[in-house]
Amino acid sequence: MYELKFDPDLCLACDSNACLVKCQHMDIDQETARTEILKLCDGESSFVLQDCVTCYACEEYCPNGNHPFYLIVQKQEEFNLLPLPDPLVKSGIQVGIPFRGEPEIQEITGTALNMGVFSQLASRVEGRLFENLTIMSGDSRKMFHYFCQLMYLHYGKTSVINERLDKIIQTIAAHKVKEVVHFHDECFGTYTSYAPAFGIEVPFKSIHLFEYLYNKLLELRDDIKPLGYKVAYQRPCSSRLSPDKHPFVAKIFDLIGVEAADREYVDENAMCCGATILGQKKEGSRKYCAEIQKKNIDDMKKAGAQICVFNCPACMQTLGMPVSKQGIMPLFLSDLCRLAIGENAA
Amino acid sequence: MSSIYQALVKIVGADYASDRKEELFTYSKDLGTSEPLWPEYVVAPKTTEELQEIVRLANEKKVAIVPLGGGMTLAGLALPQQGGITIDLKRMDRIIEVNEQSRYMVVEAGISHGKITSYLHKHHPNLMHSEPGAPPAATVGGNLAIHGQGDLAHPYGFNSDMVNGLEVVLPTGEIARFGSCAVGSGWFTMHPLPDIGLFLGWNGTTGIITKVSMKLYPNKKIRENNLFVVEKEEFVPDVLFEISHLGMAEDLIATSSEIPPMMNRLHYVSIMISGDSEEEMEFKRHLTFDVQLSKYIRSGVGGIASVSQERSRPQVSKSSDWKKGGGFEYVGAIVPVTSYPECYRRGAEISGRHDIPYTVLGRVIGSCHSMMFSWSYAFNRADDLTVKHARDALHETDELVMEINGTIWKPAIFGQKLMMDRMDPGALRLMKEVKKLLDPNGIMNPGNWEVI
Ligand SMILES: Cc1cc2nc3c(=O)[nH]c(=O)nc-3n(C[C@H](O)[C@H](O)[C@H](O)COP(=O)(O)OP(=O)(O)OC[C@H]3O[C@@H](n4cnc5c(N)ncnc54)[C@H](O)[C@@H]3O)c2cc1C
Ligand code: SF4
Ligand code: SF4
Repeated sequence: MYELKFDPDLCLACDSNACLVKCQHMDIDQETARTEILKLCDGESSFVLQDCVTCYACEEYCPNGNHPFYLIVQKQEEFNLLPLPDPLVKSGIQVGIPFRGEPEIQEITGTALNMGVFSQLASRVEGRLFENLTIMSGDSRKMFHYFCQLMYLHYGKTSVINERLDKIIQTIAAHKVKEVVHFHDECFGTYTSYAPAFGIEVPFKSIHLFEYLYNKLLELRDDIKPLGYKVAYQRPCSSRLSPDKHPFVAKIFDLIGVEAADREYVDENAMCCGATILGQKKEGSRKYCAEIQKKNIDDMKKAGAQICVFNCPACMQTLGMPVSKQGIMPLFLSDLCRLAIGENAA
Repeated sequence: MSSIYQALVKIVGADYASDRKEELFTYSKDLGTSEPLWPEYVVAPKTTEELQEIVRLANEKKVAIVPLGGGMTLAGLALPQQGGITIDLKRMDRIIEVNEQSRYMVVEAGISHGKITSYLHKHHPNLMHSEPGAPPAATVGGNLAIHGQGDLAHPYGFNSDMVNGLEVVLPTGEIARFGSCAVGSGWFTMHPLPDIGLFLGWNGTTGIITKVSMKLYPNKKIRENNLFVVEKEEFVPDVLFEISHLGMAEDLIATSSEIPPMMNRLHYVSIMISGDSEEEMEFKRHLTFDVQLSKYIRSGVGGIASVSQERSRPQVSKSSDWKKGGGFEYVGAIVPVTSYPECYRRGAEISGRHDIPYTVLGRVIGSCHSMMFSWSYAFNRADDLTVKHARDALHETDELVMEINGTIWKPAIFGQKLMMDRMDPGALRLMKEVKKLLDPNGIMNPGNWEVI
């Protein structure tokens, strides 16, 4: 089976222990952070396993490219300290089981756009920005064959990911595709961060949606009419797996003439949407989820955001309605880009 | 041209009576597994007077009549077992009165639940009625004739418990009114006398309901569906008990189904709550999850699957989709809430035997006083074998309901017989007497509740 490439020596030599010191959901001083991460390195349990809300952020905080979050999740499973109640774990694991037959595999020449398990959002990827891409997983009945499985990090279940991921990679590869743009950056994170961290081979090149959009907008630069809105960006948890792609948000904003709302919960300090925290078994999780959602939206309002852009459909599902109730328009970033080139958003 | 057809044309006009095969075809089927049964005539009256004339005609000619609403009951209850005249009541769909402050509305019984929902939404947004989960074409009369339940069943009971007054055309063509409307002009209460429970739940075998005063209830501005999930079916009755202790949910339903896989062998309790402000909603969420259900969450055996999901009304079953061909029929039973675990286990077994993905659902009626438990069986209309499997499964389920001491809700003819075989002899005798008295010629939806 696949093994996590985690280097305890990096932690021993680490002088920041940023992984845990920066954690927004636990108040940990550096000494404790060092003790606890080293405990985990030594195969011991730690209170971190119980208190971690699985926001993914420590993957980004670690300056040494070690994989503290993957380690935490793996240990949660090892010590049977799963963050979610058993029936939610069972239901989550079952969600990913394909049940509507096998997908039709067609060879794709050129670059593919992988919709993952968001086939229903195919109407979001129309227009000039997407015209040269061939959609993969556009049939919602078959979409679980393209499910990147990374969601199981929230369930403390790397075993499920490691058991299923290879088959998913084979399905994508069967399209004989060389380059894949991933609609959801969780897929991008799977193939560019998780898979290498566990030594899982990926025979295609992955392109982040925002990088793709940025380059496409450059091509269409003459058609861009600056939008002039003030925009907040709801960073999804999986974006912590590809922090090098995060700057594309600011670059896109510049290109399409929108101003990033000046917020507290931004960039590295972004606040997760809370979807996964809601059902966790730790006492008070539901309230805590509501609390951080309120803080997050209040912060958008205070910064004068008119629009909140999303990358992740799950964040959109969780926060879309609440932000709109506060007078902030929820949009996928790709839709905002379409508006900038004079197209209608889906 | 037959004299009956001519007489019908005389009553309603040529556009609303037919004996043509292509039109009778539609009335020979319903959505379930029943074999087609053909009426000889179909007629669609617009007024009570027209309906009275039709009933008198049928009495005179000793021809069977079958009242038909939306035809959505699936169990063949509005198919003519003995030919005769199908009376399509959908044109009798006027809204006669809405009394906002006394919270009731008077309607003609052929009105659809969908029309009521949209009318209230538009003209009285602060009021709602208890809408069944049936397709919106289901009618008020048809639903009362089978003791239906809607999305306010948990706080207020069966839809037939929400009746404030009734007008009925008796099998001999006379009109009778019950409730306050029988004494004065107001339709504001069913009790005290005159109130005779002889028409609700009788499948139209004792009379045709023509007007109904329905209770309306506060419609709050925000409504959301919250889902709580447990793996062990034994927990479901207690989860429902805990929630019903609060008395804050509007609709309370437990479901489990093999498809989609996320529901397989898990039990989702859907807790519908409503409020006029975010504060009210949060107060209700807090008491539901952080107080009543917290023991389940803390011990890891129950979890919040989602909160704050908006839900449109009505919620219609999607399980007809599980097999190609889009067919499904279900057995509904009224059982104690404590029967949920056994109903689920035995239902899943029956489904398994017939190669049908299991789909079960239990809707709480009253404060856990009982539950409407349904076992749905999907089939492919174009595949006789799957239809046979569904039919056999339905029969086995009827027998199961009897075995576990439940009562079958809206039983098909097969289930009606099982019920009558076990019925208290005193009750059966009384039903016979009543039926004989009201319908001396046995013309009312014959074949149904054949007590005589
Ligand atoms: C997907 C689906 C979901 C459903 N969910 C629900 C639910 O949540 N709750 C629920 O209660 N039901 C449910 N049903 C069952 C059924 O559709 C409804 O109860 C519906 O309201 C029945 O009304 P109808 O007008 O279709 O009745 P019909 O099928 O037309 O008639 C039902 C019976 O009543 C008789 N009848 C019709 N009109 C009158 C009248 N005016 N006077 C006297 N007798 C009459 C008929 O002869 C027949 O015996 C569901 C059905 C489906 C297909
Ligand atoms: S995981 Fe990274 S940040 Fe944390 S202690 Fe190790 S090296 Fe330092
Ligand atoms: S995943 Fe989030 S909550 Fe968990 S330790 Fe890392 S930063 Fe903290």
